[in-house]
Amino acid sequence: MTTIATQPALQSRTFAGMTGRAVAVAAIVIAVAAALPLVLSNYQVGLATEILIFGVLAMSIDILAGFAGRTSLGHGAIFGVSTYVVVYATAQAGLSPATSFALGIAAATLVAVVFGLLAVRTSGVYFLLLTLALGMIVWGICLRWTQVTGGENGMRGDVRPEWLVSHRAFYWAVLAAASLVSYAMWRFVRSPFGLTLLGIRDSESRMRSLGYNVSVHLFVGFAVSGFFAGVAGALYAMFNNFVSPSTVALAQSVEGVLMMIAGGVGTLFGGFVGAAAIIALENVVSSYTERWQMVLGITFILIMIFTPEGIIGTLRAMLKRKER
Amino acid sequence: MNTFQLFNGLTFAALLFVVASGFTLIFGLLRIVNLAHGALYLFGGYIGYTVATRTGSFVLGGIGAMLAIAAIGFVLDQGLLRFVRGNELRQVLLSLGFAFVLNDLALVIWGGDSFTVPIPQVLRGGMRVFGVFYPTYRLFVLVTGIVVFAGLWGLLNHTRLGALIRAGVDDAEMVEASGVNIRRVFLVTFLLGSALAGLGGLMGGAFLSLYPSADAEILVFSLAVVIIGGRGSLVGVGVGSLLVGLLNTLGQVMFPELAYFVIFGPMAVLLAFRPLGLFGKAA
Repeated sequence: MTTIATQPALQSRTFAGMTGRAVAVAAIVIAVAAALPLVLSNYQVGLATEILIFGVLAMSIDILAGFAGRTSLGHGAIFGVSTYVVVYATAQAGLSPATSFALGIAAATLVAVVFGLLAVRTSGVYFLLLTLALGMIVWGICLRWTQVTGGENGMRGDVRPEWLVSHRAFYWAVLAAASLVSYAMWRFVRSPFGLTLLGIRDSESRMRSLGYNVSVHLFVGFAVSGFFAGVAGALYAMFNNFVSPSTVALAQSVEGVLMMIAGGVGTLFGGFVGAAAIIALENVVSSYTERWQMVLGITFILIMIFTPEGIIGTLRAMLKRKER
Repeated sequence: MNTFQLFNGLTFAALLFVVASGFTLIFGLLRIVNLAHGALYLFGGYIGYTVATRTGSFVLGGIGAMLAIAAIGFVLDQGLLRFVRGNELRQVLLSLGFAFVLNDLALVIWGGDSFTVPIPQVLRGGMRVFGVFYPTYRLFVLVTGIVVFAGLWGLLNHTRLGALIRAGVDDAEMVEASGVNIRRVFLVTFLLGSALAGLGGLMGGAFLSLYPSADAEILVFSLAVVIIGGRGSLVGVGVGSLLVGLLNTLGQVMFPELAYFVIFGPMAVLLAFRPLGLFGKAA
């Protein structure tokens, strides 16, 4: 994981902070992703859109888990708050999609700020438990506050603006947004500030004695991570046009964490790989059996026992072994 | 809050105590946050229900639930968790995966309907206490909670096993260094904690009923109890259960829409200022 910090500085020619090779890889990946709708069916384009959205959520969780060493089980709730606000603002308050989108992200960031204020003092398992409990509060409120949230029945609303109604157009819009926020997250974790998070992950006491205010850094990290989860949630509102308590439930957080881990903790872009793997698995399994929950659980157990570094992490380790 | 509601809060607290004491034993000694504890509770309830209806005996249902859940706990601890020992995060997430599997398995076996464990004849109806007419069974739950507390207190403070468990909570390495097979103590504790979840399932199944999402609800309440009380502290679980049980009843009566907030709001604030809970000690 230390490679993240040491690799880039050696290269001299850079573009927007990326080396020539990174620019080329990014361009190819985005070009291939953009060409996908030309060969996929509408249903598959929908799946690809979902993968992009959940990839962004998984990456936002990875900012904390991979770079600050704090695994959050409350990000599904932050994500879902954004979804709720976007659907409510368009369907109930009659605001424009753009305004609702911004409001959703702002609301998610606000929730993350509150979570962060309470959570930064804890670490390890306690951080996990606290974020889980905070997420449950959000879930409880969404479930019980029936007048606003529609309770168990949820809320429906046509969130997408006219020009994004078709599957392909929406996919391209999500791809553009996902590329943009992925780049932003990548810059964030490699910024001097991002490196202080890495320092906190590796040794909190050392960072403290170097004069860094650990709590403030973690708090800012949490808020930024929440902002990106909010972007994913707002995109999900447009994707789904519907929101219910299950969007903010623990299962949502768990799936986000699972995708992040399946891709590889601390690999950031692994989020998309993990999201693709889990969503693909869900679709394949669901066509054969109704026991998706069980398969998800077994997948979780197997990943924890055999490949805790995730798909990208394991591939990296294999490549390294070959190079030697 | 009137006397009736106070009793509701107390009996719910008693149930929470039985479930959460198992959770805190495992958390305190093995450092495992077993997120499958809720699923063990629900599974125990279902098994207890099946045994109790087939045999017509509530006691046999309780014994069956405890034995079966201890067996499942054995599989979880020895079959799965042993591969991720020493890594807290992987243990937590693995137990969460196990919970998903157990829940789905319960759905396959018992379906999505809600069940209520049949209450034995002696405990049906109600009786007059402190000027209110109150269901006998819920009083029985309250008594059971107190009995379990006394039993665990005796076990922890007056037996060799209890002394080992207490010593292990403080410093497991030292205990091992002094020649005790701490692994065996760990295993016994894990089985005991699981069995308590099973017993809780049967008790709760008779007045809260058993249905597919009951595990998540009881798990979240147990988490709140343990977070408030502090890791591995029996007194902490007792105080935490009382607080959560009473706050829950108060919340449901006064702010039904914000009932969750009434419990978790204070808990979140407490944790922010006392990260180890009221009675928790630093590791």
